[in-house]
Amino acid sequence: MTYREKAQVLDETTLDRALTRIAHEIVEQAGGVDDIALVGIKTRGETLAERIAQKIMAIEGAKPPVGALDITLYRDDLGLKAEQPQVRSTEIRFPVKGRTVVLVDDVLFTGRTIRAAMDALMDLGRPRIIRLAVLVDRGHRELPIRPDYIGKNLPTSRKEAVAVMLREHDGVDRVVIQEPED
Amino acid sequence: MGWKRKDLLSMQDIEAAEITEVLDTAESMKEIATREIKKVPTLRGKTVVNLFYEASTRTRTSFEIAGKWLSADVINFSASGSSAEKGESLLDTAKNIEAMSPDVVVVRHKASGAPALLARHLRCAVVNAGDGAHEHPTQALLDLLTIREKKGHLEGLNVVIVGDVTHSRVARSNIHGMKTMGITVTVAGPPTLIPPACQELGVKVSHRLEEAIAHADVIMMLRLQHERMAGGFIPSVREYSRVWGLSLDRLQRCRPDVLIMHPGPVNRGVEIAPEVADGRYSVILDQVANGVAVRMAVLYLLTGSKAA
Amino acid sequence: MSMLIVNGRVLDPANGVDGVQDVLVTGGRIAKVGRALKAPAGTETIDASGKVLCPGLIDMHVHLREPGHEYKETVASGTRAAAAGGFTAVCCMANTFPVNDNRAVTDYILARARVEGVVRVYPIGAVTRNLEGAQLAEMAEQAEAGCVAFSDDGNCVMNAGLYRRAMEYALPFGVPIISHAEDCHLAGRGAMNEGIVSTELGLGGQPGAAEEVMVARDIVLAELTGAHLHIAHISTAGAVRMVRAAKARGVRVTTEVTPHHLLLTDEAVKSYDPNTKMSPPLRGKRDVEALIEALADGTIDCVATDHAPHALSDKEDEFAEAANGVVGLETAVPLLLDRLVRPGILDLATLVTRLAVAPARLLHLPGGSLAPGADADITVLDLEQPWTVNPARFRSRSRNTPFAGFSGRGAPWMTIVGGAPVAP
Repeated sequence: MTYREKAQVLDETTLDRALTRIAHEIVEQAGGVDDIALVGIKTRGETLAERIAQKIMAIEGAKPPVGALDITLYRDDLGLKAEQPQVRSTEIRFPVKGRTVVLVDDVLFTGRTIRAAMDALMDLGRPRIIRLAVLVDRGHRELPIRPDYIGKNLPTSRKEAVAVMLREHDGVDRVVIQEPED
Repeated sequence: MGWKRKDLLSMQDIEAAEITEVLDTAESMKEIATREIKKVPTLRGKTVVNLFYEASTRTRTSFEIAGKWLSADVINFSASGSSAEKGESLLDTAKNIEAMSPDVVVVRHKASGAPALLARHLRCAVVNAGDGAHEHPTQALLDLLTIREKKGHLEGLNVVIVGDVTHSRVARSNIHGMKTMGITVTVAGPPTLIPPACQELGVKVSHRLEEAIAHADVIMMLRLQHERMAGGFIPSVREYSRVWGLSLDRLQRCRPDVLIMHPGPVNRGVEIAPEVADGRYSVILDQVANGVAVRMAVLYLLTGSKAA
Repeated sequence: MSMLIVNGRVLDPANGVDGVQDVLVTGGRIAKVGRALKAPAGTETIDASGKVLCPGLIDMHVHLREPGHEYKETVASGTRAAAAGGFTAVCCMANTFPVNDNRAVTDYILARARVEGVVRVYPIGAVTRNLEGAQLAEMAEQAEAGCVAFSDDGNCVMNAGLYRRAMEYALPFGVPIISHAEDCHLAGRGAMNEGIVSTELGLGGQPGAAEEVMVARDIVLAELTGAHLHIAHISTAGAVRMVRAAKARGVRVTTEVTPHHLLLTDEAVKSYDPNTKMSPPLRGKRDVEALIEALADGTIDCVATDHAPHALSDKEDEFAEAANGVVGLETAVPLLLDRLVRPGILDLATLVTRLAVAPARLLHLPGGSLAPGADADITVLDLEQPWTVNPARFRSRSRNTPFAGFSGRGAPWMTIVGGAPVAP
């Protein structure tokens, strides 16, 4: 399946503002930095979590710990494909127990990735609260999962794709909707 | 991405990309051993049968832990006290087990080629955990992982394998795997313990230990079995130890960044001095830890859907 | 040790020298070979006019019997016998008691040699533990200790699988494996060569095939392993044929022959004299002819005596019960000079090659040469010296020779080791 770009929904500036707002919302709801930890879902969620943490640092003068979660081992579609997907490593160097953990991902779609992320997180310890921050919510949930902090709500049709490009990975910050080429 | 093969039987036909995939996956999975709850749901509902016809505590335990940490159901079948003792053939035993729908059968057998026989007849994935003097692929993979971890790379390294190569499946698997990854391999031992036409495997052969290990990046010591005396391969364990043992003296003349490896179990004072086995150049225990990670990776990679 | 030997005929085949020269020895080594040499004042001068100087002879197959059977021979007496026979070096076999199958015994023999030996002693280690043919001996350590070859001589290693392993195991040490080729089942209880004589005498015989079967096998194993195989005391025409063919094929095989196999046939046994009993036994006329031909053309690389001392009590028995073996150190050179060189069957240079140059070469020993710098191991021969074999006057402790009463001309005149005369 090949895609072509249909529309740009976020550019460098609007993406950055969205992250700034999310940073403020996280800190406001938690009443400070103290118990917060950000856990980004690999790969781009990790990058976004790091950026949000930097912004929190700029706001509050303290940076919450940032971890990275690989959810491959927890996916619900393993063994259904001929080849197993590539496993990357999980790096969470702080105790999870008792913390307010904010999961960070780039796109929220069916919700299955977040379900896997919650299971993975619980296997590492018992957080006090888990919250979810996403850059884009494109709808079409298949599980009862809802985000706490949203960069942009983006209605899409099922056959479309959402591509998040970040400077650190793709050389540029933008989010686009793609449609299949006929 | 992902393994397309049904079984893991030997290192001889495995490509570099596949090896790298296992090593990378294993490395990512190592972190699980550090958790308080050592479990991920990845192989939940899968059944792994350990079919061990040869006594082995360490390899079987390693596979068992690997399967369990991945949430698989692991069943251990050991040859004694079993239908095998009553004369049931290997194939019959395996077919009976297959009728109970396992997803993976891990087999260790004293006959070279036994896992290949099973792989031909069983629908599920077959993993060779050691067949006769033929191969022991997961051992080679964990050895490669250990070397890569400590040295940062594999290509261009000089590895010397010392000892009874003739009877060693560990040596054979390592020779194949290392050559695939661009490592220069030398085997060293008395001529009676180096197999015929060994050079044609693509290795250098040496009959002088000091010469062979002088520039080695990695020295892998093989276990000497005492039965070798009876077969006329060596005159005595004593002479073997004096001429071929890795003593502290000999170690001190090696490179300062040399790694000392051993597949275990170690015969202290025979092929390796205790101070060397326990010393700071030894990565023998790292090998064991990596063994679990590598076996987890192998079980993971082999349990893609076969129906596809 | 210094000396000047003048006017002797220097015969040094390895260096192409054959002519009257003077030899100057200083510090135990050959300093110079030339004419009208001058020596520092006070140097002992020996006039060797009419004599032949050759590189010290080496007997690579000798039983010194120490440790364990000192009543037959010791390192001291055996080396004295060697010196009297014109030999400057001997290689001693491992069938002592205890067997020389580990370096403790090798070290012991070398220590005795240092203290009491009169000529150089090079030990040969066992191939299998206790010569039992079941398990390898500690060859690596023995090689380190100074063993120059390995052999179960006295016994044949019947297990081909084990013998193959032995050849492989010894490869890195660069020394030959010496075979006593005798299939024990074919040989059975045969006390002499199987043939018309054994039939007449009513004595059990062993066929030449008993030796040939093992020579064939050992050549195949040598080919398989790449080892240097040396066949001890070769005695049959068939064995010689096989060695010749194997050498032509490039197999690393060498062989030796004893003086008694060159000069006697099984006819000598007719007297039931146990001094004609040895292993391998004396063979037939055609075998002797083949051996002499092979010695001349180099198929047989060297002469070695298989000097096997036995006390009277071991020998004086019914023939079938008597111990195998005859002494040879003191009779070899005189007999060969008189019976082979004098009649022109073998020229002297060839004999010297077979007795000095070849053993040194195939065992990688120093020796076999009179070039400047070499050890001053020199055998001086008197080609005209008359002799009669009188066992009562042997330096050896034992008297078991088949040549008692034989006489002839040509004998060793002086034996020099490291520049010092050790005989007469």
